[in-house]
Amino acid sequence: MDIMKGEVICIIGPSGSGKSTLIRCINALNDVQQGTITLEGYDVHDPKLDKLELRRKVGMVFQQYNLFPHKTALENVMMAPLKVLKEPKAEVEVRARALIKKVRLEGKENAYPGELSGGQQQRVAIARSLAMNPNVMLFDEVTAALDPETVKEVLLTIKELATDGMTCILVTHEMGFAREVADHIYFTDKGVIVEHGAPDTFFDNASDPRTKKFLGQIL
Amino acid sequence: MTHSSTAPTDLPVMLPATYRGPDALGYCRWLAAMPVWALPVMAGLVLIWPTLVHAQTVYSTEKIMGIMAKWLPLLITKGFSMNVVISFFTMLLGTIAGLLLGVGRVSDNRYIRGFSWLVVQLFRNSPWLVLLFIVMLTLPFEIRVAGTYFSVPDWMKAVFGLSLPIMANIAEIVRGAIQSVPSAQWEAAESLAFTRRQILWQIILPQCFKRMIPPWMNWYAIMTMATPLVSLLGVTELVTLSRQAMEAEGNNPSLLVPFYGFALIIFFAYCYPIARLTMRLEKKFAVKG
Repeated sequence: MDIMKGEVICIIGPSGSGKSTLIRCINALNDVQQGTITLEGYDVHDPKLDKLELRRKVGMVFQQYNLFPHKTALENVMMAPLKVLKEPKAEVEVRARALIKKVRLEGKENAYPGELSGGQQQRVAIARSLAMNPNVMLFDEVTAALDPETVKEVLLTIKELATDGMTCILVTHEMGFAREVADHIYFTDKGVIVEHGAPDTFFDNASDPRTKKFLGQIL
Repeated sequence: MTHSSTAPTDLPVMLPATYRGPDALGYCRWLAAMPVWALPVMAGLVLIWPTLVHAQTVYSTEKIMGIMAKWLPLLITKGFSMNVVISFFTMLLGTIAGLLLGVGRVSDNRYIRGFSWLVVQLFRNSPWLVLLFIVMLTLPFEIRVAGTYFSVPDWMKAVFGLSLPIMANIAEIVRGAIQSVPSAQWEAAESLAFTRRQILWQIILPQCFKRMIPPWMNWYAIMTMATPLVSLLGVTELVTLSRQAMEAEGNNPSLLVPFYGFALIIFFAYCYPIARLTMRLEKKFAVKG
């Protein structure tokens, strides 16, 4: 599986098929047990790799948002650039406010995560990852925990990101969305990639029976 | 409370599953549950005591009242104030050491983790009096720092002795609080390239700070009530002074209840509001999470 810069990849498959594990390996949250992952010259599978260095380049958004509950939306976005990259506060704040505006949460800067809806929290989480200026963004079922009406706003944010040329790797169950934004779709089952291809070919002419079965259940 | 269904039966299986482990606030819960009038009732009992014993001793009520009035100011300014001072410094020392020890309990270095575990196990449930004796009798009465001798007053040694069990218990509060933060918080911070130390001090501990306050105050109340232990080692505090005052007044048995009764009342009066506050904070933080 090769991913080019600026590409949007969707990974789909039944639960327990290793989708999340795969993308969690990309920023070394899980250890690579076998095989290799190379990201812009970093050997992610190398146990001696400086994980912190790698993670500065890889943003990740989780299913449960995982915002820091004791910090406001703005502080959540500012925290990593301030503490990890040690950038000057004034600069970071300008960038953080711009990011919050970008995810359409202007006016919610001083709200605490508990005061925001799931969709809003998830967009703050996206802004928080973007604040590190990552080269790749990983999305781990980011809409799975959301109310249906807030899913749209999060997907829209991701779509804009993709249009801006951000390299995105998404694990998702939103088939319509995957078909719309993805450059390439991968279908995994029981830890292996069963089938992959461009969205239209993949959804319309799946060749593997397992893919057909899965799509038949979902669509 | 999310679970608010009114169960049609009171069968145990119908009740929501709740954890019934050791109560982190046991002491304050007990103390705070006392009615506010417990204090005047206690004071009243001590006051009428002299009248009751009047018939049996040579000491008249007026005489006992006079003796008490004479000693009370000293008992408070030189006696109980020392208990408060000892409790403050013990808490200060115990909290700093306990915080570091608690963080050591969740360290990713197994030697630090093992060492912290050992220290906590050693001091958490040892008899306080034994610890006090060991510290009081082994610590030198003066310490040499850069050529000059600093004398270590007795009450300071008592602080060292008392802060050992406090340290171990606060370490457990800290460890429990850290582990109560969902691991997803760690992952989120890790994915933002925070180091382990940054995650702990900047993200995890600030979140559980509030959770630690009520059990921390519970230990303060327990320890304050235990400060008279140091009178056994000759440290000047309320109980030591009370004993000396009674001796000066001829050791008449009819003085025992007024003097020790006063000690009970003043400890109660000091710790009762702390216990009430602890329970209030517990309720408040439980709602906000």
